[in-house]
Amino acid sequence: MTRLTASGVTVRYNGRVAVDGVDLTVSVGEWVALIGPNGAGKTSLLRAMAGIVGYSGEIAIDGVDATSLPRRRAARLVSLVPQQPILPEGMTVLDYVLLGRTPHLGYLAVETEADVKVSREALARLDATDLESRRLGELSGGERQRVVLSRALAQQSSVLLLDEPTAALDVGHGQQVLDLVDELRRERGISVVAAVHDLTLAAQYADRLALMDGGRIVVEGTPTEVLTEESIQRFSGARVSVVTGPGGEVVVVPRR
Amino acid sequence: MLLLAALAAGVLIGPASLDPGRVMLELLDRLPFVSVDSGLDSRSAAIVWELRLPRAVLGALVGSTLSVAGGAYQGVFRNPLADPYLLGVAAGAGLGATLVIVTVGSGSAVIPLAAFLGAVAAVAAAYALGAAAGGRRSGVTLILAGVAVAAFLTAAQTFVQQQHADSIREVYSWILGRLGTAGWSEVALMAPYAAVSIVVILFHRRLLDILAVGEEEARSLGVRPDRVRIAVVIAATLGTAGAVAVSGLIGFVGIVVPHTVRLLVGASYRSILPISVIGGAAFLVLADLVARSALGPSEIPIGVVTAFVGGPFFLLVLRTSRRAM
Repeated sequence: MTRLTASGVTVRYNGRVAVDGVDLTVSVGEWVALIGPNGAGKTSLLRAMAGIVGYSGEIAIDGVDATSLPRRRAARLVSLVPQQPILPEGMTVLDYVLLGRTPHLGYLAVETEADVKVSREALARLDATDLESRRLGELSGGERQRVVLSRALAQQSSVLLLDEPTAALDVGHGQQVLDLVDELRRERGISVVAAVHDLTLAAQYADRLALMDGGRIVVEGTPTEVLTEESIQRFSGARVSVVTGPGGEVVVVPRR
Repeated sequence: MLLLAALAAGVLIGPASLDPGRVMLELLDRLPFVSVDSGLDSRSAAIVWELRLPRAVLGALVGSTLSVAGGAYQGVFRNPLADPYLLGVAAGAGLGATLVIVTVGSGSAVIPLAAFLGAVAAVAAAYALGAAAGGRRSGVTLILAGVAVAAFLTAAQTFVQQQHADSIREVYSWILGRLGTAGWSEVALMAPYAAVSIVVILFHRRLLDILAVGEEEARSLGVRPDRVRIAVVIAATLGTAGAVAVSGLIGFVGIVVPHTVRLLVGASYRSILPISVIGGAAFLVLADLVARSALGPSEIPIGVVTAFVGGPFFLLVLRTSRRAM
């Protein structure tokens, strides 16, 4: 079943084309990874899907044109974890996670006990319960990422957009975050679109990869279809070996 | 509790030494269904009812409003240094009010309106100048723009004031900030401004926290940041204008109170703003107490007292917030 459809999506910043006529379909519970070199348009595409930059073309969620939805409605359907979220230093973790409840609240409403409960559950899912009353400025990189993800989780959307979710994390914490996202999409049928730098991680977690270059999706398919030495060389300018790991998964190894 | 204690001190202490116990009894007597004989003569009762109590109440209203407005400006401009005084809002209100005082007279009900127009013009000018000079991200630029606007408007205000020698004393004592002439009519004038301003800002307190995570994330949470900003700035400016109209320029309240609260409860406006209502009221009533009792029978302008506390405090905030900017 289709959850999100992008057709002919083009994003321009002051005339410069960042995303150029992208078509992409994401099914319920599917994980699509956007890969490609810096400046390929991955972040801009995610921002268009989240409705925070203007675009031409159409993005539909559950068959409804996203621009026709009221903002709050759209925010209940799609949440975004930006690569470098702004975390007000002095705010407590729970207060921050509660902001994820915004689309579920009236304009001037105050959070209820139920919202606090949802937020605490989100923190618990990310093993971050004991961070609850800490201030954001005191958190380590891994803790920050888990807290931001908790906020997105508290939003209870059906599409989760992640921009380089593991960029700030060491391998262990990176895996923990991706494992969790994977669990969520299996349990709740959340669709995931994530920009991922690490090609091996992308191959391990995503159902499908979309390789972007110059604002377009140039190759799209399963990890084995997309991750060939040739396509990576051609679009990323990287010298790599693509090998098969012990579990039969695709592993991309940089070469000198 | 703090507020009650401050209000009590405000009513109980004054140049005409009245027996505190009797004052309390006098207050109790006015409560519905309570009838006690305070033993105060009618002159003393009048001091309590017509001088001290309205003054304390007005101080509380002005203090609450300026504190909440300060917190609101800090949230909207995402700038820890924003304050009605530093942004030039108070100076704009001062110019508007002065124009009315010299042309119509000091009792005019048009004063708050003129103050509001001046205040709106000032905040718009400060924001536009700040944005043109340094973009939205730089906190210091906004404050520099505010200071420039304030200096210009203060100069204009001084000019107007000097041109009208007959009302110069009146304007001058008013501009330094005072609660000395407070009566129930000032309370009645201020109350609606305070109420509207505080209620609107408090309703927006959660949305101010959303502004704190940035423009784009606010939108991805389904909020229109511009709408929130405009509503909050208008409310804060309205409150400031009302406060300036009844009590002149009382600076630094909007920076001292919200920051002290922030240090105590964390940086969420959801807790800062409600507590600032109480804290601001208590702070200004106490500052007024100092203003009228520190130098015996003569009064220090209350704006001088708050500036004595607020100046050093401002430097402290500047020091600790440098990293955030």
